[in-house]
Amino acid sequence: MKRALDFVLLIVVGFVFWEAMHLAAPFALTSPVESVAKAWSMALSPVYWPHVAETAKAFAYALLLAVGGGLALGLSLGLNRTSAEVAEPIMISVYSLPKVTLYPVILLVFGLGLPAKVAFGTIHGIIPVAIFAMNAVRNLPNVHLKTGRVLRLSRWQTLTTIVVPGALPEIVSGLRIGFSVTLLGVLIGEMFASQRGVGYVLMSAIGVHDVATIMASIVLLAIVAVSASAFLLWLDHRLHHRAS
Amino acid sequence: MLRLLVVGGFVVALEVLCRTGVISKLVLIAPSEMAIHLFGILSSRKADADILESLTNVMLAVLLSVVGGFAIGAFIHSFPRLRRAIDPFLASYYALPFFAFYPLFIVLFGLGRGAIVAIGVLFGIVAMIISTLTAFDRIPRALVRTASAYRMGPVEAALRVKLPSAIPFLFTGFKLAIAYAFIGVIAAEFIMATSGLGYSISYAFNNFDNGTMYGLMLFVIVLVTAVNAVFHTIERRLLRRWGR
Repeated sequence: MKRALDFVLLIVVGFVFWEAMHLAAPFALTSPVESVAKAWSMALSPVYWPHVAETAKAFAYALLLAVGGGLALGLSLGLNRTSAEVAEPIMISVYSLPKVTLYPVILLVFGLGLPAKVAFGTIHGIIPVAIFAMNAVRNLPNVHLKTGRVLRLSRWQTLTTIVVPGALPEIVSGLRIGFSVTLLGVLIGEMFASQRGVGYVLMSAIGVHDVATIMASIVLLAIVAVSASAFLLWLDHRLHHRAS
Repeated sequence: MLRLLVVGGFVVALEVLCRTGVISKLVLIAPSEMAIHLFGILSSRKADADILESLTNVMLAVLLSVVGGFAIGAFIHSFPRLRRAIDPFLASYYALPFFAFYPLFIVLFGLGRGAIVAIGVLFGIVAMIISTLTAFDRIPRALVRTASAYRMGPVEAALRVKLPSAIPFLFTGFKLAIAYAFIGVIAAEFIMATSGLGYSISYAFNNFDNGTMYGLMLFVIVLVTAVNAVFHTIERRLLRRWGR
């Protein structure tokens, strides 16, 4: 109860701060009330939904690929000590590359449209998921794996009954970060080269300096991102609690 | 050693694929050609101004993120209630497309450096805040109690007790802030600046100047990887020396 109150309080403080910024620079950003009203009207208007659907579709594919690929990569690399040690620094440096610079390559390979956005979102998300999964598998208690060997479990059985359940809390942590950066990747992809999607709406609003639409889009994105992340955070805490 | 072999193998494979024409020249040029183009760009000094500009932006952004992130992190950490409420926001922060704030920053800071640096700071500062929070979580409780036994105020406690004992973990934040500032600055330049490395890459892309584009991309990748590798090594040393 107290936590919920704190949460609401924080949002209120945020809005007050925002209002103050609005009063300081009225041309740069609209007031919170105006923005939320605009966000509400945008959410109700039929023009906006195809863009949301487009982004959601690209994001869903990208997330699926990032999580599936990341888990496959992370789990398989993590099971072997040498491969994990070799791969970790490489993955970390790939993670910290400014991936926007690679966007032209992706456009050249996939062409304009959905595949490019999906690919761009995927390259953002796959690495954190893989890094977390890999480290989770490396930190599994050796006894568990040995028990699996004694019971003569097949590779697949070991994976599904020992590795994945044991690594689940870390996997969810990775998923949380993967979710955020995949969304960012898809949006940047849409901002740079696309004719549809939320990112495109944002970019064209920036182009014509339509501040109300910019702020409203950010509000809507923030609501989606924060609620999804709060849910995953809650799941994360629960799983980590159970594990310890 | 094996690591070099893996990366080297990847580069050689790419070279072979490009040279044999499996990957079209219009999509990707061979790594050796990228290196030749990069050498040409660097020796003709035509990109020097852009490189210098980007690096200055990154450095400014890192400086502001590290100092600001530490101050904000220390502040949040001294109020557990605030911290619990703010956690989901911090966790979902990186899903927001900050580039949407660019018009706002132009109004606030004027065209040019200020707005780009601001986006770099937006990217870097939260990594620093999160690292400061985790670093402070790991401070032995005895030290915190000692500080309060000496009746230190929050600022004094942060500077004289918490800062020194949290240095290795704060360094992780520093490292992340550098990586994120790079991402933010280059991405911002890429999408909407009129100078800098990111802009040069996107300019080359728009003019189908694949040679320059890949040359500069290679430069960014090598630079970022080298910087990250250096700080990664320092971090390792620090963590080891602090007896973990």
